[in-house]
Amino acid sequence: MRVTLFATCIVDMFQSDVGIATVEVLERLGCEIVFPTGQVCCGQPAYNSGYVEDAKKAMKKMIATFEDAEVIVTPSGSCATMFKDYQHVFRDDPEWRPRAEKLADKTYELTEFIVDVLNIEDVGAKLEGIATYHPSCHMTRLLGVKDAPMKLLSHVEGLEMKSLPNAQNCCGFGGTFSVKMGNISEQMVDEKVDSVTETKASYLIGADGGCLMNIGGRMQRRGKPVKVMHIAEVLNSR
Amino acid sequence: MAMKIGNEKFKDNVNKQMEDTFMRGAVAGAQERLRTRRLDAAEELGNWEEWRSHGEEIRQHTLDHLDYYLQELSENLQKRGGHVFFAATAEDANDYVKSIVKEKRAKKILKAKSMVTEEIGLNDVLEQEGCDVIETDLGEYILQLDDHDPPSHIVTPALHKNKEQIKEVFTEKLDYKLTSKPEELALHAREKLRQEFLQADIGITGCNFAIAESGSVGLVTNEGNAGMVSDLPDTQICVMGMERIVPTFEEFEVLVGLLTRSAVGQKLTSYITALTGPRTAEEVDGPSEFHLVIVDNGRSGILGTEFQSVLQCIRCAACINVCPVYRHIGGHSYNSIYPGPIGAVLTPLLGGYDDFKELPYASTLCAACTDACPVKIPLHQLLHRHRQVIVEREGRAPISEKMAMKAFGIGASSNPLYAAGSKMASSVMKPFTKDETISKGPGPLKAWTEIRDFPAPNKERFRDWFKQHEKESGKA
Repeated sequence: MRVTLFATCIVDMFQSDVGIATVEVLERLGCEIVFPTGQVCCGQPAYNSGYVEDAKKAMKKMIATFEDAEVIVTPSGSCATMFKDYQHVFRDDPEWRPRAEKLADKTYELTEFIVDVLNIEDVGAKLEGIATYHPSCHMTRLLGVKDAPMKLLSHVEGLEMKSLPNAQNCCGFGGTFSVKMGNISEQMVDEKVDSVTETKASYLIGADGGCLMNIGGRMQRRGKPVKVMHIAEVLNSR
Repeated sequence: MAMKIGNEKFKDNVNKQMEDTFMRGAVAGAQERLRTRRLDAAEELGNWEEWRSHGEEIRQHTLDHLDYYLQELSENLQKRGGHVFFAATAEDANDYVKSIVKEKRAKKILKAKSMVTEEIGLNDVLEQEGCDVIETDLGEYILQLDDHDPPSHIVTPALHKNKEQIKEVFTEKLDYKLTSKPEELALHAREKLRQEFLQADIGITGCNFAIAESGSVGLVTNEGNAGMVSDLPDTQICVMGMERIVPTFEEFEVLVGLLTRSAVGQKLTSYITALTGPRTAEEVDGPSEFHLVIVDNGRSGILGTEFQSVLQCIRCAACINVCPVYRHIGGHSYNSIYPGPIGAVLTPLLGGYDDFKELPYASTLCAACTDACPVKIPLHQLLHRHRQVIVEREGRAPISEKMAMKAFGIGASSNPLYAAGSKMASSVMKPFTKDETISKGPGPLKAWTEIRDFPAPNKERFRDWFKQHEKESGKA
């Protein structure tokens, strides 16, 4: 299947390993990957802060860039949610609304795509150790992707999954919230880090770059020896 | 006290509250208990999503025809001999209650728990009139004794206090001499309140849902205090927010079930009371005079706007009980009697952005609130809508942020600019980078790196790798 990759700006600039893992996993599963170089950011930083008009500029650019894709896959639940929300952002715009609706219909988060579209739960990955999984808010609540990551992880050879206490609570990222309300964000991420530590896991796995950057950055600052991995990297481990 | 409970800035409030380790432990514990109970109660009922949709439909229908149902309620209550007063403002509502107090020469007034009377500051007004106003919900009673400590939660108002603190309050104010055992404390409060009930001139309650078809006021309590407040005194006043109404008892049943399950995980509360006007000739108890005060106080201004769905709220606090921000900052940080996600949406609408413009930002937009709401208010979307209004309609955002977002819009919509910017990032950040990590960042990164490390930008962007990858696999 021909898959058009929406890498996300975080992956493009800060987590290229996640992008590489995504490409390698999908290619191994028989997909042909296309990367339109016109892609930028999905617009979330501006949109979530209330700058809808500024965000629309990035959104239009993304719609135009991905319009011809057959399916769009992204290694981020949050950015996939934003793509799917474009149709609501442009609900009063007769030109852009239908284009946004088409975009929404063919957008998939990576694990959702592997499990629900490719119908694969065992990607043949191997990783020794104990891990815990942080379910990101937008991915689970807004996109509704809850089971796919767990199904995929349960088939990773050698990996023992431990459940994360209070997993449902946000890690405190929230885009600009993490700096605007830094003091509250700090308490939230600290509780998350403590929960991860409590599981005694060696790996913290997630499916969203923003959350992982937040939890990982705080764990590193607090000297926690837990390795943070995007689920694409886990699925690409052999 | 009215809706606004203090004059401190949001940030100062938060910093102060976050130091209260007892409060934070109590809130976290209560959140976990209440969340589990709510989920269990929903599962036991079955088809929870259908019940939520039904609840949403009832609330939307009622709000869309609010004028019709308010008139029906008012006419039916008047037929039963009750008095109805429509109060446009808090002042109008308070003045009306004051006029009844004066007419009755009332001295002692007993109250059942009511958020709308907190919102309009009724107790203060009546106390200034020289009345002895006594709250009879145990939580509210404790707070009132403790020099009017404001509620920190809309269902369990004294959530922030532990039993030792309550014992201290009782010892100081009620000459209490026993231990901090909850049973002993509750029994003592009960004995004190019983004496008060018997002497009360006027009883004031709120209203969970008024029922239009019969002109009734429906009340839900576990302590039975609302029944006492409405049965014993000779004059009865109910104060309701104008949106707290259902067409018939059929919808009342649905919403009460959603309310009690969502609030405390109970199928039903111990007492569900429906008050319908004054006592009739055949009845032996109940008041001889019954007043219903229907309070607008900014609500009609929300009707018909993009924020209308906030009026669907049935005050169950399920959103508060799952909010990860409330969990750490507690109720008092919001500076409003309406805290948590529902408070962060409602308070700026009722009280304005001047005092409350930070509240919509006190959320990660994680949508736990939206998920928990039994009548499907899209709370995280309303919080987002507030931000949009604050930035784009009100122009209240800081200049530096406006500039940054403007630059974002331009940068993110232009290929050459985005490409150049992302390519340069690694070298620009080099002076701040050590071991692929930035631990003390410049400019906008400063706030991030005060708390966490930031990754150094990739030396090779993903897009550069992909180009090479395509070449190697012979595609490009």
